[in-house]
Amino acid sequence: MKTLVKVLKKPITSTLIAILCGFLVAAIVLVLAGYNPVSSFAALFKGIFAKPKYISNVIIKATPIILTGLSVAFAFKTGLFNIGAEGQYIVGTVAAVCVGVKLDLPPVFQILIVVLSGVLAGAIFGGIVGLLKARFGIHEVITSIMLNWIAFYLSNYIVALPAYHQPNSTSSLPVNESSFTMLLPKWKVSEEGMAALKPNKWLYEVMVKTDVNFGILVAAVMAVIIWILLYRSTKGYELRAVGFNSDAAEFAGISVSRNLVQAMLIAGALSGLAGALAITGTAPHRISQMAAFENNGFNGLSVALIAGSSPIGCIFAGLLFGGLLYGGQSVQQEVGAPTEIINIMIGTIVFFVALTRVVPVLADKLEKRGARHAK
Amino acid sequence: MLSKILLLIGITMMYSTPLVFGALGGVISERSGVVNIGIEGMMTVGAFAAAAVSYFTGNPWLGLLAAGAAGGAIALLHAIASVTFKADQTISGIAINFIGPGLALFFCRLMFSKATMTPPAKTLPKIFGEDFFQGSPAGNLNVDVTVVLALVCAAVMWYFLYKTKWGLRVLSVGEHPAAADTLGINVSRTRYLCVLVSGVLAGFGGASMTLAIISQFTPTAISGQGFIALAAVIFGKWTPFGAYGACLLFGFAQALTIVLGGGDYAVPSQILAMLPYVLTIIVLIFFVGRSVAPKADGVPYEKGQR
Repeated sequence: MKTLVKVLKKPITSTLIAILCGFLVAAIVLVLAGYNPVSSFAALFKGIFAKPKYISNVIIKATPIILTGLSVAFAFKTGLFNIGAEGQYIVGTVAAVCVGVKLDLPPVFQILIVVLSGVLAGAIFGGIVGLLKARFGIHEVITSIMLNWIAFYLSNYIVALPAYHQPNSTSSLPVNESSFTMLLPKWKVSEEGMAALKPNKWLYEVMVKTDVNFGILVAAVMAVIIWILLYRSTKGYELRAVGFNSDAAEFAGISVSRNLVQAMLIAGALSGLAGALAITGTAPHRISQMAAFENNGFNGLSVALIAGSSPIGCIFAGLLFGGLLYGGQSVQQEVGAPTEIINIMIGTIVFFVALTRVVPVLADKLEKRGARHAK
Repeated sequence: MLSKILLLIGITMMYSTPLVFGALGGVISERSGVVNIGIEGMMTVGAFAAAAVSYFTGNPWLGLLAAGAAGGAIALLHAIASVTFKADQTISGIAINFIGPGLALFFCRLMFSKATMTPPAKTLPKIFGEDFFQGSPAGNLNVDVTVVLALVCAAVMWYFLYKTKWGLRVLSVGEHPAAADTLGINVSRTRYLCVLVSGVLAGFGGASMTLAIISQFTPTAISGQGFIALAAVIFGKWTPFGAYGACLLFGFAQALTIVLGGGDYAVPSQILAMLPYVLTIIVLIFFVGRSVAPKADGVPYEKGQR
């Protein structure tokens, strides 16, 4: 009994229950629509794990949403709802492309400058939101939604500019090769590289057929840094105090408005980083005309929610999410069920994440009842 | 010049209508104390239900009703989560934004042989009939019937919230549920009803996109209108006419983009397209100022909690 209560109280238990419910509801929808859920899920898992290149692609797909998830989670901890991760991500890609196309320095400097310009652009977009909230009391949700669209059209504008446009296409020019952050990109194209990779089938597939890049390492390191910042630093204490009770924080001598702006700067920088790394790390290393949002930021919202706003949790939630999104494509190819079943599944998981927050409360009640019986 | 002005008014009305329905849905839900971030998802479901039912039955009015029912059904999920389970309303709303479009596209592919759009459906009539004013500039004022419906809904909601005792009960539940509870108002039931109405209205909003502005459902039929409506709720300080005005402003900026984009002016269309969003921020900075949500907005009600 005691162990049961202990297990139920762990946040991870609630999350796992939610994920299970997501699969269950998806199975029910599939049955109702006349598809076999077992073979659908088999196709999903095959699409994630069957080949090394699939696993590699899942990680690549997860990288940006881990970072935008981190951005949203960090803002949540400071009491802000960063629905603007989408726009911050977009300006991150735009800035990286603008700088990466025009500049051609030796690789390490080039990468640093290109990535930093993306980070800066995201931080500016986030900072505007924080500033408007601190200075004029404008709700961060409105400004973020507006800035998402401004970023969207800004990106389409830059793509169409003659200075950046790739003729006869709907895309911009790709960034210079010196900005690439893939793992040993030269090996793919040189004979010695291919010769070195050939003997190891696993490595060959991952290295040659996918864009293995350093992004995931950066994302993991950032998750740890954000955790330290939030829980092991004075600044983090201030930020969390503002998030928990801004009146009490103000009374304790913490400047609420300054912390608001700083929190949004950091949150924006994280989303901008996600955008910049997507440009430097994965083909086609360019931005294209968008007809609708590509959801790298909005998916970050769900990642943060599934992770319960835990920075480290974002890594796992991002991987889960990347897996579902990538593996979901094979469901349609192999079973014929519409890919949207994945969206329904993700939605259901998030929905049950909201519901299962009551599990620890129930566990508490169970414990109390147990204590009464013991007497 | 006159025809341009009339065109501006006509397009303003056209673009603001789906937003008005969505925003009114947001107002009623948040006034009862339930944050509704899932308007986008509810609108998408409504948009699909409207187009599909109108296509199969040939009757757009049935489509409109179906849209309301579908929006309400999805809203029921949100109500169960946020009222009965006292779950985090933001999380549940975001879940709705996944589930709604997911379901809409899933069923669209099932019903229309794997296509993500419906065939063109019969649309709702214009207020003066199809041929009225044909050819004259005044034809621009021959707006869709949904435009009038939206205005009526705003007026009805205003009267309901401020002039009837049920409306005042809704407001009290949103401000101070414990006080309302001690006076014998059923907080849960009030919130359930308001969230359901919110879904029905959002569904109408979706329908006014697919049964009036475009005549079919496509994956991008609803792309961000729900979020703009959400912004309009806050912008309009959680009042029906405030939200209505915010939607009009937004529709006007959009219309301006279209009328100005005619080629006479040397502004790139992408920059022009930013106008509505930039304008909204500027208006907020200079004219509106701090907006304060209903006191109990987003807070689940626990009986006996202080």
